[in-house]
Amino acid sequence: MVKAISKLNDELADATESQLKIIGKPFRRVDGRAKVTGQTQFADDVQFPRTAYVKLVRSTVPHARIKNIDFSAALAMEGVLGTLIGEELPDKFGILPVSEDEHALAVDTVRFVGDALAAVAAVSEDIAHAAALAVEVEYEPLLTISSVEEALCTPEPQIHEYADDGNIHKKVSLKFGDVEAGMEQADIILEDNFFYEGSNHLALEQHSAIAFAEDDDRVTLYSSTQCPHYVHRALTKTLDIPASRIRVIACSNGGAFGGKSDPFNHEIVVAKLALKLGRPAKITLTREEVFYCHRGRHPVQMHLKTGFRKDGTMTAQHLRTTLDGGAYGSYGVASTYYTGALQTTTYKLPNYWFEGARAFTNKPPCGPKRGHGTPQPRFGFEVQLDKAAHRLGIDPAELRLRNLLEPNTITANWLQIGTIGLKECIEAVVRGSGWKERYGKLPEGRGLGLACSAYMTGAGLPIYWNHMPQSGVQIKLDRSGNVAVFCGETEIGQGSDSILAVVVAEVLGIDLKDIRLCVGDTDLTPVDLGSYSSRVTLMVGHAAKQAAERARDKIAEAVAEHMEVPKDSLVFANRTVFPADEPENAIEFSEAVVIAESRFGTLGTTGSYIPPRAPGRYRGAGVGPSPTYSYSASVLEVEVDPETGLYEVIKVWMAHDIGRALNPVLALGQIEGSIYMGLGEAVMEEQAFRRLPKRLSGALVHKMPSMLEYKSPGFHDMPEMTCYMIETDDEQGPYGAKEAGQGPLLPIMPALANAIFDAVGVRVDQVPIHPDFILKGLQAKKNGRDPRVGPTSFPDVDYGEPLIVHTPAQGGDGRAANDPKASKKGLRSASGTMKKREDALKEHSSATLTTD
Amino acid sequence: MPPGIPDGMSAAVLKVNGEEYPVVFPSHHTLLEVLREECQLTGTKHGCELGECGACAVLVDGKPVLSCLQITTDVIGKSIRTVEGLQKGNDLHPLQETFADLGAAQCGYCTPGILMVAEALLENEPEPDNEQIAEALSGNICRCTGYHRIIEAVKWAAAKQRGDDWRPAEALFMGSEIPD
Ligand code: FES
Ligand code: FES
Repeated sequence: MVKAISKLNDELADATESQLKIIGKPFRRVDGRAKVTGQTQFADDVQFPRTAYVKLVRSTVPHARIKNIDFSAALAMEGVLGTLIGEELPDKFGILPVSEDEHALAVDTVRFVGDALAAVAAVSEDIAHAAALAVEVEYEPLLTISSVEEALCTPEPQIHEYADDGNIHKKVSLKFGDVEAGMEQADIILEDNFFYEGSNHLALEQHSAIAFAEDDDRVTLYSSTQCPHYVHRALTKTLDIPASRIRVIACSNGGAFGGKSDPFNHEIVVAKLALKLGRPAKITLTREEVFYCHRGRHPVQMHLKTGFRKDGTMTAQHLRTTLDGGAYGSYGVASTYYTGALQTTTYKLPNYWFEGARAFTNKPPCGPKRGHGTPQPRFGFEVQLDKAAHRLGIDPAELRLRNLLEPNTITANWLQIGTIGLKECIEAVVRGSGWKERYGKLPEGRGLGLACSAYMTGAGLPIYWNHMPQSGVQIKLDRSGNVAVFCGETEIGQGSDSILAVVVAEVLGIDLKDIRLCVGDTDLTPVDLGSYSSRVTLMVGHAAKQAAERARDKIAEAVAEHMEVPKDSLVFANRTVFPADEPENAIEFSEAVVIAESRFGTLGTTGSYIPPRAPGRYRGAGVGPSPTYSYSASVLEVEVDPETGLYEVIKVWMAHDIGRALNPVLALGQIEGSIYMGLGEAVMEEQAFRRLPKRLSGALVHKMPSMLEYKSPGFHDMPEMTCYMIETDDEQGPYGAKEAGQGPLLPIMPALANAIFDAVGVRVDQVPIHPDFILKGLQAKKNGRDPRVGPTSFPDVDYGEPLIVHTPAQGGDGRAANDPKASKKGLRSASGTMKKREDALKEHSSATLTTD
Repeated sequence: MPPGIPDGMSAAVLKVNGEEYPVVFPSHHTLLEVLREECQLTGTKHGCELGECGACAVLVDGKPVLSCLQITTDVIGKSIRTVEGLQKGNDLHPLQETFADLGAAQCGYCTPGILMVAEALLENEPEPDNEQIAEALSGNICRCTGYHRIIEAVKWAAAKQRGDDWRPAEALFMGSEIPD
């Protein structure tokens, strides 16, 4: 049974519980049958006659000017239908209005190996492939920038001219409270360098898109996208036809995890080719190309300095991060802010200074992956808390309990927090794992580690500034009793279709099978911004509830008149409508609709949702706000072989404050999937690069753009999992619900590092944690050196003037106290003086990411 | 070659899910391509087309085969089974039932391949344990579920097929009980 531990909201919990008919029950997902029979139509399953198959010509060099593209050999091939180059799609696009830096096909410059610069279309995929290979491209090489360190000391050539500073795309410095005074008050100050490697989403479905033209200026695109609305905007921008004539249909995604939330060049290319060739145009990326599309986890270096009092409470924190962004902006500006924004949402942190910088490098662009920008600093924070606990002689679970944030507070960086079930989460995993009896007491080689986290339930602000709803639902009631529900939401596997349907079924008292969904279609459904930032359950849930309640209200009005009973005495349940005290007078739901349709004419209602306005008013305050935050705590048990450093994760206990589980099976699936994906990043996954030998061009290339070499956990790699759900019934969530799809990923990586420390006394301050790191630490320990493995320095970054924001405790008003423009005039390059690239590189290559 | 079939193309009648599919296809095309493109049986998926993910698994004469590595001309005359052939009439196969009810299919993209490999396992082993299931499915990647539900769904389906009323622990439906 779910334990509803709800100190804050007992009343709401009881009221909700007693009335709920389907919500909270483990019903079969509405698309379950389609998924097990092969009926679900993924984008590559969409087929049209006369389709032109499209292949992209991708750069073989990391950074170069395009001198010439020669299609003659390709065009001579039988079956080739046409080509496309960048100049035919001259307008730039990009997910964030502040970084629209992508051309659908590169114009003038290619920026990484795999960057698309031309397209060919042919009557078959085979011919398109051969033709793409036959396209001859002449390049004029430019200097390659392969890391944050290189970007810092190589302001020219700029990968993008709009960067804040040389090749530093974005710099942020936000200071909340009196950090210096806070540090003074501390009894101990811990300072650590951490590194978190980048990783790919590796959604099992490769991206695919197919478009067809209906007129000379009307086009429809089917795509594997999480955000059809944003794709629609990008097509409007690049195709130069009115938005009203572009239709984007999001197919069910075969997994996404953030990797399908950018608008992509291949989507624009097939739409353009469909218009150009007058026949459907289709592309399906190979797995290798998916690694070039990327938008995965940013590699992040961190320098974390935190002041603690003897009792374990925190006085101040200063976090510095660098992000290796790859060649384009993507969500990177948001990602940069996210490496700092949520540090305050879990524990009391009265003073906080965050500095972040994202570099452009000649690699596939990084973007949002499950947990977007927050797993990296969460890793550092939770490992450092473990270190602090040991330094201060406080149990790590106890240390966290002492620091818990109060519910319904505003954090130092002006985030409005609602309910917090973290205490209950910690207690659950502590009890479940036998923490008190076992932590620190297991035999050498066995260990337990604990970590916690918080995450947003939907980003408070849309990607582009507007005052419209972030989610909309329309309901059409039919005299048959069928209810058609229209919503722009996109099913990516998380169960959003089921959430949409169950909310409507709950309100109208009908069966899930009485509902027909029409989703993810920019022509037919009201906008939902997309399946990202854990926003769908909350935002779509609210919009659906409002639309359904309005429908119920309409029906109730007509039925009440008809039955001559008060409107609010009517109950909607079991596909019937009846006065509460006269269940024997129930009429069928369909009959009730007939009565209402006779009374009012054709019936339809709408619902929409806009998140509450967050209290922060400073530049950058838009990243981090959410209607409510979820909380998780995890204990992980590990067994390490002290001879080899090989280790195995034995068991994971995870407790998650989910607000309320609308469907516990779906919710548990999200929690378990998060544990799985977290373990992948903690143990093995890396989007890594290497330089080819000089004789093979010396280009910077992806180390392993295949599923065999890019290691991800398989059936044999999964430990036992015990998952607890804590229900806090948050007022901001529909029926009290919060998210479950991202938060539970976050504690896994630090819990592993902490468990390894408990097992063998070795600190590994970077992920993934390879066995040889542990072995290195064990050898250091044997030789009486510090058994710590991880980065030994942090790059010298000039983050510019901090924006000073007074905290609520200081009596601030949410605005910055100094002029934000002043900080914009940062100086070029590290520390204000341009180091010579050679010298700087020499320095950095031995420092930053080396471990000892 | 029959008249009208150019060089480099093959013509054949494939036996899929007990039905005959007359197809003409480029001779080098894999079974995956022919099933999806010529037979229009798009239930079979692909995640790599290099034998690395298991999404494309089908049964050939009862044995799991990665259709992305299977040259079609080598399976002419053999009995091929895909996810579309699992259900009987409108009734779901027990594996389909349990995968749908236990959330063993989230995005559902790995599901057809996993269902087919699991079906082959259950043909030979009516009561597999966790290790046997993990071993049989070790060539299949799922990025959504964390695998546990898949193993439990296979065991549940096996139990149903045996007429046994075993079912997965309540914790998989409602979460684990927090110990006092
Ligand atoms: S598509 Fe055949 S194994 Fe991946
Ligand atoms: S359910 Fe999505 S990959 Fe398995």
